[in-house]
Amino acid sequence: MKNIIKISTPLDIKKIINLKAGDFVNITGNIYAARDASHKRFFELIEKGKKLPIDLKGQIIFYAGPTPVKPGYLCGSVGPTTSYRMDPYTPSLLERGLKGMIGKGFRSKEVIDSMKKNKAVYFAAVGGAAALIARRVKKSEVIAYEDLGAEAVFRFYVEDFPAIVVIDSAGNNLYETEPPKYRK
Amino acid sequence: MREIKANQIKNKVKELFLRANFYTNPDLIQRLKKALEEENSPIGKYVLKMIIENNKIASREEVPICQDTGLAVVFVEVGQEVYLVDGDFAEAINQGVKEAYKEGYLRKSVVDDPVFERKNTKTNTPAIIYTDIVPGDKIKLLVMPKGFGSENMSAIAMLKPADGEKGIVDFVVETVKKAGPNPCPPTIIGVGIGGTIDKAMVIAKKAITRKIGQSNKNSKYANLEKEILTKINNLGIGPAGLGGNVTSLAVHIDYLPTHIAGLPVAVNVCCHAARHAEGII
Repeated sequence: MKNIIKISTPLDIKKIINLKAGDFVNITGNIYAARDASHKRFFELIEKGKKLPIDLKGQIIFYAGPTPVKPGYLCGSVGPTTSYRMDPYTPSLLERGLKGMIGKGFRSKEVIDSMKKNKAVYFAAVGGAAALIARRVKKSEVIAYEDLGAEAVFRFYVEDFPAIVVIDSAGNNLYETEPPKYRK
Repeated sequence: MREIKANQIKNKVKELFLRANFYTNPDLIQRLKKALEEENSPIGKYVLKMIIENNKIASREEVPICQDTGLAVVFVEVGQEVYLVDGDFAEAINQGVKEAYKEGYLRKSVVDDPVFERKNTKTNTPAIIYTDIVPGDKIKLLVMPKGFGSENMSAIAMLKPADGEKGIVDFVVETVKKAGPNPCPPTIIGVGIGGTIDKAMVIAKKAITRKIGQSNKNSKYANLEKEILTKINNLGIGPAGLGGNVTSLAVHIDYLPTHIAGLPVAVNVCCHAARHAEGII
C-alpha cells in the first residue's frame, strides 16, 4: 500500500493540485459535517444572495450526520453518507471556495467539471466504518441549524482522519479506473 | 390462549434494536474474514480490514456500527393463540423503537412527511411493521435497522415470464452494477421473485436476514444465487467500490407462486453492515 499523506485544513491550492486519485490521506484540522437538509438551506441562502453560516474558503465538507454523543465520548458514530444527493447543490458551493468533500459514491458530471474548474478534491471515507472514524474526531459542535438534529451543520476537529482521494482536481476518478482492473 | 403483555413486546423490540445496532452477527463476521482472504485488491483489503476493525470497536464499546442506524423494520410472527393485553400492538413496537433509539444514542433518521416538510420525528418512529399470523402461542420478532444508502439502490422489475432465468440474472446484476460504490459494498443482495409487485420486495427484504452462506433449499434457486453472485463479483466494483473481486458477500433469493402473466423480481440491496436481530416471546 502507498504511503499516507498528511494534510491539514484549510486546504491550500498547492496541496490540492498535488493530491492524486488513489492517494491515501490523513486529515487534521476543522472539517464541517453537512448533509441533505443543510445543503438545501445553503442553496436557498445562495439563491437569495444571503451569507452562508460558514465561510467555505479552503474548507472540507464531510457528508455525514452523526449519532448522538454517548456520555464519555467526544463524538457519536460517524461515517460518510452517499454523496450524489448533494450533487445538485455542490457546484455553487465550489464556486464559493469549497475545496474538499468527504463522502462515498459517484458524483455527477456537473460536480466533477466544477471541481476541475475550481480546483477541488473529492475524498472517500469508508462507509459503515462509523465507530472507527468517530475515534478521529476530537471535538464536535453544532454550529448551525440545530433544529435539523442529525442533519445540522457540525464542526469537527479531526486528527488523522483516514480518507482516499477518489476524484482529484484534474478529474481523475478512482471509481472509473480501479474496477476495470478486477473485471472478468 | 396465552396472554402476552404489550410491555413484553416493547421491551423485546428495544433489546433487539440495541443488539442489532451494536453487535455484528457471527455469520457476517466470518464472511467478512473470508472476504479479506479472497480479495485481491490492496485498496479492497484496506477497506475490509477497516470494516472488521470497526465492527469490533462497535461491539466492544456498545456504540453504533454505522451512523445510519436505519429505518426500523420489524417482521412479526404472531401465534394465533396469543392474547395481547395491556396495550396496543403497533404502539408497543413503536415505543420499543423510541426507547432503543433514545437510550442507545442511536440516530433518529425518520421524517414525518416525505415530500413537503420533511420534519424529523425525533424518535425514529414510526417503524415499518409486517405481521404474519402463524400457529402457536408465541410472538417472534425480527428487527432490521435498514440503512438508506443501500435502500436507495434497490429496484424492482415486472419481467415477462419469457425473460426467465436469464432476465432475472441480468436485472439483478445490472442493479448492482448501477449502484457501484453507493450502497457500501461488499453488499448482501436480497432477491424476491414472484408474488405481487409489493410482496416480491417484502420477501427480498426478509431474505437479507437469512444466515449468510445458507443457500435456498430449492437447488435450482440455490444455483441461481451462485450464478448471480459470481457475475456480481466479476463486475470488479469491490469493497467501497474502489475496485476488487468482492462486491457482494451473498445473494439470497426467496420466491413465491405468482400470476400466469407475471414474473416480478425485486432486488433489495443491503450494505456490509447487515444488521438484524431476532427474539421470541
